[in-house]
Amino acid sequence: MNKNPLIPKPHKIIGINRETDLESTFRIEMDTAPVMGQFYMVSIPRIGEMPISISGIGQGWIDMTIRNVGKVSQAVHFLDMESTLFLRGPYGNGFCLEEFKGQHLVIAAGGSGIAPVRPIVEYYYNNQHEIDKLDLLFGFKTPDAIMFGKDIKRWKERFKTILTVDDACGIWDGECVGLITGYVKDIKLSEYDRMDVIIIGPPVMIKFTAAEFIKRGVSEERIIVSMERRMSCGLGKCGHCKIGEHYICLDGPVFRYNDAFKMID
Amino acid sequence: MGWKFTNTAFNDLFAGLTEDYIILAPKRFVNRGRFSDTDLIRYDEVKKSDDIIWKEKSTFSPKEAVFPVTQTLFYFTEEAFREPQPEEKQYLVFLRPCDINGIRRPDTINLKNGPEPDSYYANLRKRVRFVMIECTESFDNCFCVSMKSNITSDYDMAVRLTDDKVLLEIKNDDFLRYIRSDIPKIEFRPEFVLENKIKVNVPEVDEMPAGVYEHEMWNEYKSRCIACGRCNTTCVTCTCHTTNDIFYDDNSLAGERRRTWASCHVDGFTDMAGGISFRKDNGSRMRFKVLHKIYDYRKRFGEHMCVGCGRCDDNCPEYISYSGCINTLNKVIRETVS
Repeated sequence: MNKNPLIPKPHKIIGINRETDLESTFRIEMDTAPVMGQFYMVSIPRIGEMPISISGIGQGWIDMTIRNVGKVSQAVHFLDMESTLFLRGPYGNGFCLEEFKGQHLVIAAGGSGIAPVRPIVEYYYNNQHEIDKLDLLFGFKTPDAIMFGKDIKRWKERFKTILTVDDACGIWDGECVGLITGYVKDIKLSEYDRMDVIIIGPPVMIKFTAAEFIKRGVSEERIIVSMERRMSCGLGKCGHCKIGEHYICLDGPVFRYNDAFKMID
Repeated sequence: MGWKFTNTAFNDLFAGLTEDYIILAPKRFVNRGRFSDTDLIRYDEVKKSDDIIWKEKSTFSPKEAVFPVTQTLFYFTEEAFREPQPEEKQYLVFLRPCDINGIRRPDTINLKNGPEPDSYYANLRKRVRFVMIECTESFDNCFCVSMKSNITSDYDMAVRLTDDKVLLEIKNDDFLRYIRSDIPKIEFRPEFVLENKIKVNVPEVDEMPAGVYEHEMWNEYKSRCIACGRCNTTCVTCTCHTTNDIFYDDNSLAGERRRTWASCHVDGFTDMAGGISFRKDNGSRMRFKVLHKIYDYRKRFGEHMCVGCGRCDDNCPEYISYSGCINTLNKVIRETVS
């Protein structure tokens, strides 16, 4: 195979799971395991390329949950089982699970931000002894927009899980309604250096959720965020994802919040 | 070591060089300028020294010699990919000291930023040699001295042109074989411009004060900048690009993936699928560009990105002064800090 990093490699789709009207999870054959939090440049020749984070990692496969909102992502949704997707990567720095050992971890994810944290939750679901405590706080726009519903139900058995929707639309039988920021107070915090908080979601959600945790005394250094930006190369050359002196594709997408909040687009 | 040529002998030298090199130099394109009855000067292949525009600044930079405006990354047919045939051509580029220093920035981004060098850039760049055009007098809008890019030793040959003779310094011995034995040897070292009319006070802060990002100084550019991107396309140091796929009209299964220069001023640069975008107003785009040129890049790579060639100011259709902006920024930072 060619050594040129810009040439993608073919990977077979071995599973498609429809999550919502807009999102589907594609299980893709993959012989190497990426780090949780990393992303791949996914492409369909003739259509284009897009950065997609990893929403599941297993033996010989990875999951990618893709929202049907753009040119390439729409084309991906027309693909069937056994079709080929073209990938290059993995890129970016990912989460360092070593740092969370014995810690109290809180994961707050908004909307499709739940995708990159799904492998982490799944990992601790199977390796609960590696962590002191895991609290989950998930927010979606509407009940229809909830992804990984079955997974969340299963995770609930082992971890304190708050699932909220911004707008109940009259069909929501869950307990929580309202923005994710309103439920930060319901999480019992641990001592400063015994806890870490991961926040992933749209930029506004990250900003205000982090502010709530900081208000409650969590220090910026203990908050970890993952950022999303337009990318063309994933290799630190095209410049689209640059913020300040940082390139999200190289230095991120995972950042400590004390660095991230200084990054002004 | 130096040589003295008559104009005719210098044209003869070109005849020899063009056998092995494609010579790229500033060339005049009559009536192709931005206004009626004005010319465009841009880099193109020249066959003789008389074709080179020595005494005017080129509208576009020599960046395209090392970083083409559009480049095919690979061709595809269904599931097969093929890279373009590797080129073997050698290039000789005539350029000024600021531009030689300028091309070090695309070199850095493409060869040193990220896990590995960009192979397309590396492949072309290693086949490019520089002939420095001596530059002792500033053009309009130049501020290379303030940016410390007025002097360089990174060239293979250097040339001084006077009305009746041409002086040439050769630093790369590979070029000695092109010099006829009857050409007289002389002592020649090029001189450099040591003062510009425009002086810029570049802020040398370790941390940009947070207040700068939201400062009202950027408001002026919200309406004045029209996001045309000319400052980016004429800049020798801008390297941003976007990848696009195209397919052929008569066979939609075959096509190519290309990259094309992109501009951080132009709409869509930060657009993500789903409707999220950043820096929606042109003022924040100006802030982003200016801080990259004189702050962000230095934080990452240790030198300023901007080399002060002044082409952004030469070409802005709205007469925005980038050098003026840096001076204003410097004042704002001083006020903010004190």
